[in-house]
Amino acid sequence: MKICFRAVFILCCVLTGAVADDRDWVSQRGLFVVSYASELEPIQINTLHAWQLHLENAAGDAVLGAVIEVSGGMPVHNHGLPTQPRVTTELGGGDYRLDGLRFHMAGPWEITLIVTAGGSTDTVVIELNL
Amino acid sequence: MKRSVQVVIVVGVLAAILYYRLATPRAWTEADIVLLESLSLASLGPLPTDPSNTVADDPHAAELGHALFFDARFSANGGISCATCHQPIRRFSDGLPRGQAIGTSKRNTPSIVGTAYSPWQYSDGRRDSLWSQALSPLEDPNEHGGNRQQVVALIMNDPDYRARYQQLFDWLPDLADTQSVNDAFANIGKALAAYERVLLPGTSRFDDYVAALVAGDTAKQAEFFSDDEVVGLQLFIGAANCTQCHNGPLLTNNEFHNTGVISLPGELPDKGRVVGVREVMANEFNCRGAYSDDTNGSCAELEFVRTGQELTGAFRTPSLRNLENTAPFMHQGQIATLAEVLEHYNTAPLAMIGHNEAKPLKLRNSDLRQLEAFLLTLAAPIDADPRWLQAPALPLAKEHDESQ
Ligand code: HEC
Ligand code: HEC
Repeated sequence: MKICFRAVFILCCVLTGAVADDRDWVSQRGLFVVSYASELEPIQINTLHAWQLHLENAAGDAVLGAVIEVSGGMPVHNHGLPTQPRVTTELGGGDYRLDGLRFHMAGPWEITLIVTAGGSTDTVVIELNL
Repeated sequence: MKRSVQVVIVVGVLAAILYYRLATPRAWTEADIVLLESLSLASLGPLPTDPSNTVADDPHAAELGHALFFDARFSANGGISCATCHQPIRRFSDGLPRGQAIGTSKRNTPSIVGTAYSPWQYSDGRRDSLWSQALSPLEDPNEHGGNRQQVVALIMNDPDYRARYQQLFDWLPDLADTQSVNDAFANIGKALAAYERVLLPGTSRFDDYVAALVAGDTAKQAEFFSDDEVVGLQLFIGAANCTQCHNGPLLTNNEFHNTGVISLPGELPDKGRVVGVREVMANEFNCRGAYSDDTNGSCAELEFVRTGQELTGAFRTPSLRNLENTAPFMHQGQIATLAEVLEHYNTAPLAMIGHNEAKPLKLRNSDLRQLEAFLLTLAAPIDADPRWLQAPALPLAKEHDESQ
């Protein structure tokens, strides 16, 4: 049942041009669960692109009206992102468009989201390896 | 006594052999080959469109830009054209530490081959398009030393330019109106940009080697690359970390990095991108400005541009496809030879301002020589019709050449 759901989900993503990273990222204090789908799949270096974020609370309900602060970089090289990405649109149903991302080297990257919703704030660190 | 001298000699020779012994290639892995393909010219996509310039890919605009590029009348002393500094025989650079015209430029003249792929122009990225870039040397007192009024007047007073301008833009400026002169000035930049877009790098021995590697053709691989060049390439993508910044098919990520290059003697360190980013945001000819043709206002590079102290002393990574005939290297031409560039990376000195992102490599001399051997395999002719690589053979332009 779960596998079937996942298959349908991935199929939907393929059809809409976005492919999901198959992981949920739980915030540090456990308040939020974030997943993302990149519009550029696979993610290539040196290309400006957007992600669609999906936010849920611990109970699995979509988080609406969140304020999301974005930063990130490469901890091993001690430098940040080459651009200043930002959430440009709330798409509804817990979905948000994160635009202006670019990675300019291969290797391990982190995207840090500071999410504020319903009066509480928590931090999610998404790790990816390019 | 005699015996100890012998021992010293033997030990010395052995040490020298160990020190100078050249490493031999290891086998390539699947992951290496994927990375190498990403560096090959075969994976260079088509030129990105420039929505801020509607004539960017118009052949008539390229013809006009070609004539303008070589025409020395667009200068305060009638003796300076773009080609004074961007010389075709030197891959559109000038062989000097810094550009030299009416005065001395602030920085080293880079090659312009393939720069149409970059979202930013200049080593501090203070312009966001080729056309807005082309306008600044015309008004820089050290370069062409002119002004927009003179530039537009010259177009209007030369029957050939006037006709070609009118045909291309379907409009003629009013010299008495500042706004109109600005519009025409921007259009002149757009024609120059159309010309620069035809100057692209050609296939190098490195690209041929990667193609042979992908095809599994060992005979061809050996024909294209020596063992030293293979080891140099293995260092380039491996222990020397060069692909951290020199990546993608043009061997640049077009981003800004501090690599601790020391300024010329007696010069204050150059702040680089941290100043360039302020300039590009304020530039009247940027993608968001009134002269941009990008009416739907995408301008994503400006919208998501990064600012901050991390960009102090940071410069745009140059393409490594333009190393032949373009020495001296770096933003002020501080480093004379490739061997010295590699020595610089090997020691990775502390930056004068900001922090050097590159770490000391501590490679042996023989490794550095192999790395250099690899870099030389990137040399390739410019991929453009030879007629673009000299002053245009139009009757009018010829006249100007002769009168110089
Ligand atoms: C006096 C010599 C000189 C003249 C004349 C000159 N340039 Fe340059 N050019 C330079 C220098 C120096 C730089 C680099 C400056 C910097 O990075 O701050 C440069 C940078 C550029 C770049 C950016 C390349 C890159 O990769 O960032 C382009 C494109 C360019 N010039 C085109 C032109 C055009 C078009 C003209 C004529 C309208 C012209 N130049 C006239 C010296 C000159
Ligand atoms: C941290 C990013 C970074 C790394 C790592 C790096 N480079 Fe560079 N490289 C740059 C930047 C930025 C410049 C221009 C610096 C300047 O103008 O002051 C540059 C300049 C150069 C130049 C001069 C090109 C020119 O036209 O002036 C060469 C050659 C070069 N690098 C080769 C290498 C090699 C070989 C390696 C590996 C040993 C390497 N680089 C590693 C960023 C990097």
